[in-house]
Amino acid sequence: MNINLKVWRQRNQNSEGRFEEYKVQASPDMSFLEMFDVLNEQLIEDGKDPVAFDHDCREGICGMCSMVINGRPHGPKQGVTTCQLHMRSFSEGDTIVVEPWRANAFPVIKDLSVNRGAFDRIIASGGYVSVNTGNAVDANSILIPKEVADEAFEAATCIGCGACVSACKNASAMLFVGAKVTQLSMLPQGQPERQARVVAMVNQMDAEGFGACTNTGACAAECPKQIPLSVIANLNREYYKAKLNGK
Amino acid sequence: MGVLSFLFSSSLGRKLVMAVTGIALIAFLLVHCLINAMVLLNDGGQTFNEAARFMAENPFIRISEILLFVGFLLHIAQGLYLTFDNRKRRAAKYTGNPGNANSKWYSRSMGFLGTIILIFLVLHLKHFWVVSRFHAPHALGEITYANGDTMENLFLEMASVFTNPIAVVIYVLGCFSLAYHLLHGFSSAFQTFGVNHKSYTPIIASVGAAFSIIVPLIFAIIPVVMHFGIIK
Amino acid sequence: MKLESKIPQGSVDTKWTQYKSSVSLVNPANKRSLHVIVVGTGLAGASAAATLAEMGYKVSAFCFQDSPRRAHSIAAQGGINAAKNYQNDGDSVYRLFYDTIKGGDYRAREANVHRLAEVSTNIIDQCVAQGVPFAREYGGTLSNRSFGGTQVQRTFYAAGQTGQQLLLGAYSALERQVGLGNVTMYSRHEMVEVVKIDGKARGIIARDLVSGKLERHFGHAVLLCTGGYGNVFYLSTNAMGSNVTAAWKAHRAGAFFGNPCFTQIHPTCIPVSGHYQSKLTLMSESLRNDGRIWVPKKKDETRQPNDIPEDERDYYLERRYPAFGNLVPRDIASRAAKERCDAGYGVGTTKMAVYLDFKYNMINKYGRTEASKRGIQNPSEDVLLELGKEIAKEKYGNLFDMYKQITAEDPYEVPMKIYPAVHYTMGGLWVDYELQTTVPGLYALGEANFSDHGANRLGASALMQGLADGYFIIPYTLGSYLSKEIHTKPISTDHEAFVEAEKKVSDRINQLMGIQGKRTVESYHRELGLIMWDKCGMARNEKGLKEAIDQIRALRDDFYKNVRIPGSVDEFNPELDKAGRVADFLELGELMCWDALNRNESCGGHFREEYQTEEGEALRDDENFKNVFAWEYKENNQWELHKEELNYENIKIQQRSYK
Repeated sequence: MNINLKVWRQRNQNSEGRFEEYKVQASPDMSFLEMFDVLNEQLIEDGKDPVAFDHDCREGICGMCSMVINGRPHGPKQGVTTCQLHMRSFSEGDTIVVEPWRANAFPVIKDLSVNRGAFDRIIASGGYVSVNTGNAVDANSILIPKEVADEAFEAATCIGCGACVSACKNASAMLFVGAKVTQLSMLPQGQPERQARVVAMVNQMDAEGFGACTNTGACAAECPKQIPLSVIANLNREYYKAKLNGK
Repeated sequence: MGVLSFLFSSSLGRKLVMAVTGIALIAFLLVHCLINAMVLLNDGGQTFNEAARFMAENPFIRISEILLFVGFLLHIAQGLYLTFDNRKRRAAKYTGNPGNANSKWYSRSMGFLGTIILIFLVLHLKHFWVVSRFHAPHALGEITYANGDTMENLFLEMASVFTNPIAVVIYVLGCFSLAYHLLHGFSSAFQTFGVNHKSYTPIIASVGAAFSIIVPLIFAIIPVVMHFGIIK
Repeated sequence: MKLESKIPQGSVDTKWTQYKSSVSLVNPANKRSLHVIVVGTGLAGASAAATLAEMGYKVSAFCFQDSPRRAHSIAAQGGINAAKNYQNDGDSVYRLFYDTIKGGDYRAREANVHRLAEVSTNIIDQCVAQGVPFAREYGGTLSNRSFGGTQVQRTFYAAGQTGQQLLLGAYSALERQVGLGNVTMYSRHEMVEVVKIDGKARGIIARDLVSGKLERHFGHAVLLCTGGYGNVFYLSTNAMGSNVTAAWKAHRAGAFFGNPCFTQIHPTCIPVSGHYQSKLTLMSESLRNDGRIWVPKKKDETRQPNDIPEDERDYYLERRYPAFGNLVPRDIASRAAKERCDAGYGVGTTKMAVYLDFKYNMINKYGRTEASKRGIQNPSEDVLLELGKEIAKEKYGNLFDMYKQITAEDPYEVPMKIYPAVHYTMGGLWVDYELQTTVPGLYALGEANFSDHGANRLGASALMQGLADGYFIIPYTLGSYLSKEIHTKPISTDHEAFVEAEKKVSDRINQLMGIQGKRTVESYHRELGLIMWDKCGMARNEKGLKEAIDQIRALRDDFYKNVRIPGSVDEFNPELDKAGRVADFLELGELMCWDALNRNESCGGHFREEYQTEEGEALRDDENFKNVFAWEYKENNQWELHKEELNYENIKIQQRSYK
């Protein structure tokens, strides 16, 4: 199939970017990234600069791939990452606009690659249980109801790709933060640091320059792991409780 | 302030202010709407005027009015701040347009809808509230009903404002904006409060949707029916 | 140089305890002035960096991805083994030890494997304490499932995303130390050289992949936790960025490479669909708990799988290995699939696939249980199937979705098509009992070392080994080395060894950039992969291996004449990064062939066609090859072979049988 691409090209963080147009021959069974591989091989053979984009596992779990495809992070299909999006989701002759995640907190490194270090710093501010290696009790001495474990797991499946931020008109990171806060506040292991954790993480999120949530729901709609919007409700509740407790 | 300073410094705090004041405004709307609905009784405005007098004379209501004003100001100020601040968080805009694929247009347009409501509100206050509170006593004219009660005739003021078709159109547009503002705002406030429950959350969503349609509809009907003289 | 495995004295079940109580310690004040470099932030790297920092060491951690959370451990699906015996089915440390040695076809060190089995239980405790949401039973206890090569249920899991949950646990521990200032994290950095001073590893040269700048980092010790090298085959289940570069630089700096040809070919992967294919996707081994593998009994079958009647299906694993059935170890399952396809019974458009069918168990296993739970009397087969699908969704939902996403076929309705693919490398840097390579101060952990899995790794054991090395082994064994280093002051990175190492790297990069030929890096990688897969893959023979060596050498020569790398050195240039990695694969590939050629036997994942039983099973030669091959790098891609004899004192060696 013939595909027309309109791709954002930007040399580095400080330079101006612009769109460039390319034509690619794709097969319906290719993944979107494999279509970019074909484009890049073409560009290199033509002596041009290939398009820089982030990718690694190509099976939807590492969270590295990050393309906004026709205005939607990870493209038109629900619940998949860019690497799992296949060309059969497009039609012959389509023009596809491809842009990087756009948020002030995610500066562009080159072309479609952005810096998501802010997410690591949010986790470093409190997204953990403080337990040194060797301090653990026997695993079955902590009983956790199946429903609680399942719900905590659902929140824990976040891959930290940043699609939530890129979809949100406010570039808010609350789905990401809410997922981690939900996971750890539900589990008995997370209780001792429950209040300090949420306050520290929200402070760091604000300091990184993410916007405030206005509950549009775009984040959850675009999340490739379908983290539900309710994790933000949990985040709010946890945070107000902690603040009103004077944390 | 101390413990409450987060309401004006953190993103989640600002959100809470929006939600609390929003719910207060929703409560006000409910009362306002109930009183306005009395116009529809078509009794020459008697019940309506009586209710208006009660509202004007009851000290509890007068104190609430001040709180309501503070609520309005906070909701507006915080809302404007958030709208402009959030807009800055993404300096570069997207070219690809997702349309409404991932969110509803009105949930993305709360600042815009709110601004229309604000403009409407200024006009609305000028029409009724300023006249009844700050003009010389009895500027609206008085009416004496059959039972001998004499009171300000707010009903007459309405009738005279709504003779102007432009005013009617503005009021109806204001109500449209209100409806969409509420459609997002109602359940959004509960989301902000952290309500996440298997059975309650869907109920709140339904109640919110019903409220967002019924209340603005009643508000919007009144100028129309008065303009066309269906209610006299 | 003689290989010293440093296995402690005593009986196998007391060695580790003895070692721990007698190893030299470093006092807390001294730890603060000792600097450790950790390269790679997967399960082994993140857990090691976090734990060492908790103990008080100063740690610098490096990863080439944009965040430590993206290391490829994250993609592990099925689970992690531990000898907890929570299921009361007769599991024990000894059994896990025994299963692992046997599963590895008697080519792993007894002492290491026993230690692994011992600490396996601590891992589960640690992960649960971190908040890892493992699957649970209704009563709140942990749930288990079975994996290949075992007859007990000892695998802990979190749906089909166990690796993700374990890695995020280790990552959060690591980030906690970053937040506390005990770890300095360098992401988008690639290690490109080991710096040695007086024979000891004293640091690394790393390249900042964003700016292209070379950086010098000093450490009293260097830990390589850089994963495996399956990407030498181009197509594998590894991530696109997984590479051998760090390990290969260490190898060229004097670290011996152990058993490089021991590669694990995983039996259940989604088959190749076209020439553009960039990677292969694994379908977790856990699917073999409930999926039955079969091919049609007739060659060139044209009917759809659901139309082929039961008696015209060949459930070849159940037929050949009745005791273990569909749960035979990976090497055996893979070879059996290849055998059927080579014989002409393969399915799909390419005829290089077999069916993995869930219908039988959805109906008979889950459907029936669910029907009796709900009190449905005499349910029809359709009702049972629907009930079974619900359970299958709960157990494997994400895997089924992933399969459907990639192939556009719905595994709830039609059997999956699967074929073996390169998945894991048992080979790696040779290490002693303390995980130290042949270069003092240079350690290798996790998949990067030649490992405890012998010639074949059992499912759900990689996560166990990575975390064992990082959380529970290196924190002790590193002390044995560092306790002698407390007087070593930090060495300035202006030291001539750093200057020389950096120059070596920049010369190498300039050489690559200077070629400006015609072919893309990708095309070389693809060609190398084909050679490796055809001649050093699931089956090997002397003739093929010799041809492969010549072909790889020719390809390497051409690479240095004809490769084209766009862009410049001092910018974000993923093509340049890839070129460096492919250059190393082009050397490693040759060594793997030499290793396979010299090992004149079949064992585990290494199958030499010349050495097989009449039934086509691997034929070991314990007389001559009950040893580890450790290759020493000499100049210009020449190697010298050293051997470490393996002694089995606790397990009687026999022919591996799963019949």
